[in-house]
Amino acid sequence: MTDSVHATEHTHVNYVKIWAILVVLLGVSVVGPMFGIKAVTLITAFGIAVVKAYLVAKNFMHINVEKPFVAYIVVTALVFMLLFFAGTAPDVMKKFGTNWEKPSWINPPAHASAPSHEGAHP
Amino acid sequence: MSARPIATTRSAAGLPTGRLAVWWLIVSEIVIFGGLLGSYIMHRLAHDAFSEQAAHTNMWIGAFNTLVLLTSSLSAVLAHKAAVAGDGKRAFKLLWATIGGACTFLIVKSFEWTNEISHGFTITSSTFWSFYYTAAGLHALHVIAGAIIMMIVAADARKNLELHRVELIGIYWHFVDLVWIFLFPLLYIAK
Repeated sequence: MTDSVHATEHTHVNYVKIWAILVVLLGVSVVGPMFGIKAVTLITAFGIAVVKAYLVAKNFMHINVEKPFVAYIVVTALVFMLLFFAGTAPDVMKKFGTNWEKPSWINPPAHASAPSHEGAHP
Repeated sequence: MSARPIATTRSAAGLPTGRLAVWWLIVSEIVIFGGLLGSYIMHRLAHDAFSEQAAHTNMWIGAFNTLVLLTSSLSAVLAHKAAVAGDGKRAFKLLWATIGGACTFLIVKSFEWTNEISHGFTITSSTFWSFYYTAAGLHALHVIAGAIIMMIVAADARKNLELHRVELIGIYWHFVDLVWIFLFPLLYIAK
């Protein structure tokens, strides 16, 4: 896609309308937690954050009219982020495993609740 | 020999080199902020005490700053639109409106932090506050950097020079906005 086409395609977007939608979504994410329902809070907070991010990336950053490889490298970075999370989260989030137990100096409450294992780390 | 910079004249990857560089920068930023936010999420899910600490953050201040950044993103994209139309003076004004948004964001944040620190919530208070100050502080540094770069771009745009840079700083600014879109629910809403 040439640069002139790139410029032409994104000058048709009604930016003020997109901004108004983003502000309404912000309002919903603020009101959501007031119901006191965890599922509603999660959806209105993080679900709407994803929708807002999509609107900004598509309409303000114009990633949809950019060369496809731009979206590919962005997605690749996000996949690496998920790999990082998947690789390290068990070590942080789990209190004990089959042959190990988190040391008490890292997480004392976890140590107290975890079953004892022979040969476990102190 | 042309005096034009490579970022303007070369398009080896099918898009101007300057824009390609900004996208690469953003990809590296995704890894930086993604690692930080990913670490925060796994600690938040593992420790209930995080919610007790997060209860002390002020959602209304966070929401106001989100509104400020969304509005500054609007002025940044309108500046880009003006630059595409060759109207450097309008792009200059809109870029300064965006800088105004950046300054408002930072002023609000400084009052917010002053209040929190005066109540004893410092970067060493707990893991939550360590994440809070690190993530919001790193983001604020990006806001400061963006505002400074925007001043330089605006000065040229006023003279109708290097108008392509208006789009480049705009893409960066929208990314700074995107990061805050995720920081807001993580630090201010999920309590």
